[in-house]
Amino acid sequence: MLKTFRIGGVHPPENKLSANGKIIVLTLPEQVIIPLSQHIGAPATPIVQKGDTVKAGQLIAQATGFVSANIHSSVSGTIVAIDNVTDAAGLSKPAITIKVEGDEWENGIDRTEKIEHNIALSQEEIIKAIAAAGIVGMGGATFPTQVKLTPPPGNKAEFLIINGVECEPYLTSDHRIMLEKAEEIIIGVQILMKAIGVKKAIIGIENNKKDAIAHLQQIADKTPEIEICPLKVKYPQGGEKQLIQATTGRTVPSGALPIAVGAVVQNAGTALAVYEAVMKHKPLIERVVTVTGKSVKNPGNYLCRIGTPVSKLLEAAGGIPEDTAKVIGGGPMMGRTMLNIDSPVMKGTSGILLISDKEARRSPVRNCIRCSKCVSVCPMGLEPYLLAKLATFNLLERLEEEKVMDCIECGSCSFTCPSARPLLDYIRLGKTRTGAMLRNRKK
Amino acid sequence: MSTIVITIISLCAIGIVSAVILYFVAQKFKVEEDPRIDIVEGLLPGANCGGCGYPGCRGLAEAAVKSDTLDGIMCPVGGTETMSKVATVLGREVKTEAPKIAVVRCNGNCENRPRSSEYDGARSCAIEHALYIGDTDCGFGCLGCGDCVAACPFDAIHMNPATLLPIVSDEKCVACGACVKACPRNIMELRNKGPKDRRVFVSCVNKDKGGIARKACKVACIGCGKCVKECPFNAITIENNLAYIDFTKCKLCRKCVGVCPTGAIHEVNFPPRKMETDAIKANPAAKSATTISLSQPANDTQIIAKEKNGD
Repeated sequence: MLKTFRIGGVHPPENKLSANGKIIVLTLPEQVIIPLSQHIGAPATPIVQKGDTVKAGQLIAQATGFVSANIHSSVSGTIVAIDNVTDAAGLSKPAITIKVEGDEWENGIDRTEKIEHNIALSQEEIIKAIAAAGIVGMGGATFPTQVKLTPPPGNKAEFLIINGVECEPYLTSDHRIMLEKAEEIIIGVQILMKAIGVKKAIIGIENNKKDAIAHLQQIADKTPEIEICPLKVKYPQGGEKQLIQATTGRTVPSGALPIAVGAVVQNAGTALAVYEAVMKHKPLIERVVTVTGKSVKNPGNYLCRIGTPVSKLLEAAGGIPEDTAKVIGGGPMMGRTMLNIDSPVMKGTSGILLISDKEARRSPVRNCIRCSKCVSVCPMGLEPYLLAKLATFNLLERLEEEKVMDCIECGSCSFTCPSARPLLDYIRLGKTRTGAMLRNRKK
Repeated sequence: MSTIVITIISLCAIGIVSAVILYFVAQKFKVEEDPRIDIVEGLLPGANCGGCGYPGCRGLAEAAVKSDTLDGIMCPVGGTETMSKVATVLGREVKTEAPKIAVVRCNGNCENRPRSSEYDGARSCAIEHALYIGDTDCGFGCLGCGDCVAACPFDAIHMNPATLLPIVSDEKCVACGACVKACPRNIMELRNKGPKDRRVFVSCVNKDKGGIARKACKVACIGCGKCVKECPFNAITIENNLAYIDFTKCKLCRKCVGVCPTGAIHEVNFPPRKMETDAIKANPAAKSATTISLSQPANDTQIIAKEKNGD
C-alpha cells in the first residue's frame, strides 16, 4: 500500500504531456527583466545603477533584512533601467532590466559538468553560501531557504523531507531534473542534511513518476541515510503538511510550523540549486520551466535564465496555439493567470500553461446544496462551505475560530464543488482580512 | 377527594413560595437603567445600520445618554431632525451638520475605459481587486462587481448594466457609509448633498501619472492643475496626479468643470445651460443614464450634457 496523507484530496486529470521531454537549454533572450521581489519577504535593494555592465552570476540586489533574498544577474550585459514595470497581474513593480551582451560569467563559478562529491563546508558556512546565492523555495512558494534552515531557538530538526511530488497537473520540471540531475540532487540533499544537522532524509515522489523513483533509488542505494518514498498520486500531496504526514506519519498541529514536529521540507529543485551554489559556486540564475498545454505544439521542459520573457519560451514551444484563452504561470490548481506574456520567468516559475476557453471558463455559480463534498476533500480538515459563507459576511472572529488560517489555498474545494461555487476565492478573502485582524491584535 | 385537595394545596404552596423567592431575587439583581435610553432609542430610525459608529440604534442611545455632550454623536440616517429631537429630550445642544450623500468617483464606463481582459472569477470587487489590476488598464477604477450594492442597507445603490458603474439614489441614500467601507478602491465618498442636491466633484481616483491614466481611460483626471488655477475659492488641491475638490470650500460656481480638458469633473443636478440643449440636439447619443460630462478638447467651449440621477 502506497503512503499518502489521511484526509481529503482530489484527483484532477494528470495531463503530464511533457513528462518525456528532455530538458532543452533555451537560447539567450535579447533582454531580461529581473524583478526585485521574487520571494516571500521584503524586496531586495539594488546595488547597481543604470548603465553598469554586469556578468552572469553577479550580485545586483541585496536581501533587505532577514526574510529576504539576494538577486543576481542571470546574464552578462548592460543595465538599461531600474524602474517599475508592469508585472503579470498588471500591477507596477520594481525590476532591473538588462540588455544581454555575450555570455560572460563571474569568476569562480564552475560551469563544468563534473560532479563534486566532497562537502567541505561547515554547517554555518553552508547556510551562508545558500543565503549568498539567493536561493528560495523553487516549488513556487519562494520562501528564502536560509530562513527555513535556521529554525527558531528551541526547535530541533529531526528529518529532512524532499518534495519530489510535483502534484500539480501538467507540470514536469521536477520530474525531469530528478531523471537528468539525480546525482546532483542527492548531493544537494546531503548538503541540506548537514545544514540542519539531521541524520535522515526522505525524498517523497508520486507514483506517476516510476522512472524517477527507480533512478533515484539506484543512486541513493549508496547513501542509506536517504530514503526514497513512493507516494500515492493525490492532490495536494506536495503540500508541506500533507507530505510530512504521508512520509513520517506526524501531523503538524494547527497554526504551527513543520519544525514543530522536527521536519524541514525542501523542493527537489531547491536541492539542485543548493548543490550548484555550494559545490559549483553558482547563484540561482536559471531554472527548468515546463511549457505545456493540450494545444501546444512542442510541450517541453526548458532550462532558461531568470528574467527571460515568457514570450520567448512560448516561441520555443511552437508559438501560442490559436485556441489559447488563458496563459497561467504555474499549474491549473494554484497557478496565477498572466495578463502579459512579456512578463519574465522568476525564481518560482515552475511552468507556463496555455489553456483553451473550454478548459478555462468557469461554470455558472449556483446555490450551495450542502452536499459537503468540499468538507470531504479539504486536506486540512476544514469546512470550506462555512468558511466561504463567513468570509462573505465578514465574520472575522468566527473565521478565526473555524481555523481559516490553516487553509493552504490548494483549491480542492473549488475544484470539487458541484455548484461551481468559487469557494477558494472567498476563503482567501477571509484569510487576508482575518490575518490583518490578528496582526493588529498583536500590536 | 382528599388526594386532589392535598395536590391543589401543595402545588399552590410551591407556587407562592417560588413567587416570593423570584420577587426578592428580581429586586436584588435588578439592572438599573436610565429610562431616557428607551426614549431616545424610540426617536431613532431603528435601522441598526451602524452608520453612526455605534452598535445599532440602542448603542447610540446609550452613548447619547451617558455622554455630557452630543459632539461626535450623529445619526446620519435621521439627520439633524432626529438629533434635534434627541437633544430636546436630553436637554443638550446639537450641532447642525450638512446632509451628505455617497458619490461614485469614477466614470470609467465601457466607452471611456476599454476592457483589456475578461474576469471570470468570483463576482466580488474585493476579490477581484486583490487578484489583479482588473479588467481594464486602470488599477484604480470601478470593477463593477457590486460590493457597494450588496453593502447598502437602504437599497440606494444599483449597478447600471449599460455602463457597469453604480448609481446612487438621491432620495434613498442616507450617507451611512456602508458602501464607502465596502469599496476596495476607495471610489465611494460621502460628500455634502448640497443645496437643491447640487454638487461638483472630480469623478476619478486614478493616481498614476497623467499620460498613463489617460491611456487607460478617456475621462481620467490627469492632474494637469487647470482646475486648481481656475477655482476662485481655493477649493481644489492636486496630490499624486489627482485633483480633489474640498466640498466644504466649494461654492458650486462650476468654473472648474468648464476648464477640465478630459471632463473628469462632474456637476450634478444643475439646470441645463443654453449651449447644452443645442448640443443634445446635435448629438442625441450624448444622453446616458448616469450623470456624465461630455467634453471637447480645452480649446472649444465646454459642452456639458447631464441627466438627473435616476434609479
